[in-house]
Amino acid sequence: MSIPALGPDIPIRLFEVEVLAGGVTILNRVSVSIGAGAPTILIGANGSGKTTFLRVAMGLIRPSVGSITWGGRETVPPARRAILFQRPVMLRRSVAGNVGYALAVASVPRDQREWRTDELLSLVGLAGLQARPARRLSGGEQQRLALARALARNPSVLFLDEPTANLDPAATRAIEHIVQEVSASGVKIVMATHDLGEARRLAGDIIFLHRGSVIESGPADAFFAAPATDDARRFLAGELLI
Amino acid sequence: MIENASALNMVLTGDPVLFSIVLLSLVVSLSAVLFAALIGVPLGALIALTQFRGRGPVVIVLNALMGLPPVVVGLSVFLMLSRSGPLGSLGLLFTPEAMVIAQTVLVTPIIAALARQTIEDLWVEYRDELDAMDVGPALRVRTLIWDARFSLVTALLAGFGRAVAEVGAIIIVGGNIQGFTRTMTTAIALETSKGELQLALGLGIVLLIIVVLINAMAWVARRAGEHFAA
Repeated sequence: MSIPALGPDIPIRLFEVEVLAGGVTILNRVSVSIGAGAPTILIGANGSGKTTFLRVAMGLIRPSVGSITWGGRETVPPARRAILFQRPVMLRRSVAGNVGYALAVASVPRDQREWRTDELLSLVGLAGLQARPARRLSGGEQQRLALARALARNPSVLFLDEPTANLDPAATRAIEHIVQEVSASGVKIVMATHDLGEARRLAGDIIFLHRGSVIESGPADAFFAAPATDDARRFLAGELLI
Repeated sequence: MIENASALNMVLTGDPVLFSIVLLSLVVSLSAVLFAALIGVPLGALIALTQFRGRGPVVIVLNALMGLPPVVVGLSVFLMLSRSGPLGSLGLLFTPEAMVIAQTVLVTPIIAALARQTIEDLWVEYRDELDAMDVGPALRVRTLIWDARFSLVTALLAGFGRAVAEVGAIIIVGGNIQGFTRTMTTAIALETSKGELQLALGLGIVLLIIVVLINAMAWVARRAGEHFAA
């Protein structure tokens, strides 16, 4: 498999990013850099700011304070970025129609869409379900279709928001396997999870969020072997961080 | 009973007078729904997708206009089109065109209000995904209208049901002229008041059949929609 050239979107740098909503600080002075390479995994409890972090990094939310750059530039349209939401919404179309729509939006020529659709659907293990209405799929299948739809944009960065949170172990393994394959093909993965096992299996780097602040970030091996902060130690020990 | 039987006979044998009246009714109401859809669906989409000051009152007024009394619409259009009215020079009063205009005015708010609700509900659902795909405003509207098409068909059929069954607006602006502006509902009103129940009943039967067919089509559209939108 050829390695796509890294898009202009990498590295993603957040400088002192704050996100406020209704008087509540959701992200608090977050400064972090996401470079090329193995997946960057965001960990942290529910409400720690993972989803907001991903939305800021995707470019869907503007920081209230601070700035963000993609490849050193402040305004980069999300042509080579894609996101898989925690609860993806299926378009009221067939399975193939959902992928075809994303391809059309990404300006893929009409005569290439059919084989690209088939290729993406077999990558996520949905070959043969082209004609099925997307909303009739199971939860795990919908998650995989959403992944195919995100990949249809040929992203250089793929953000995933707890893609396995509501899935059983078999469906989880299917998603993780696809994510690893996509990562190996050169797409930068930035994924949020509150599942430590999943974080260990996938992470190259870790960003540990707690109450909207980045507590630790760095290579996953070091983080899991010797967390530098009390909060991280307690999180890894399975204590309830409130 | 005799009248019932001969009325049914008129329907079954395709009586030419009855046929021309039915045809005019359908042409007028279908044209009105076509124009109302061309105005109402984009208008509904526009209100659904834009934020502006006074949006709440606009939605309330639009919903209220769904209940416009046909005679009031008829009177307003009559005043516009009458010789001394602002559009009097067009000479449209007491023509089928005038009836199409009146019914378009009557049906547009129904289609616009139902389209607004449908498209707004879908927008709330689709918003994140379309934002993430960086879909531009024009494609956004097209996507939402296309994906809401089955619900929108129901809105069009609701508008058609309203148009084909109303008598107040078209009798005022059309004048119920035999062979020219006489429709099913205006003919029923006239023939009943004349005591000519045979034609009135025949037309009543056809009108009922059409209304049942509209509802059947609405049901099929909804079923088809559920297939995709489970």
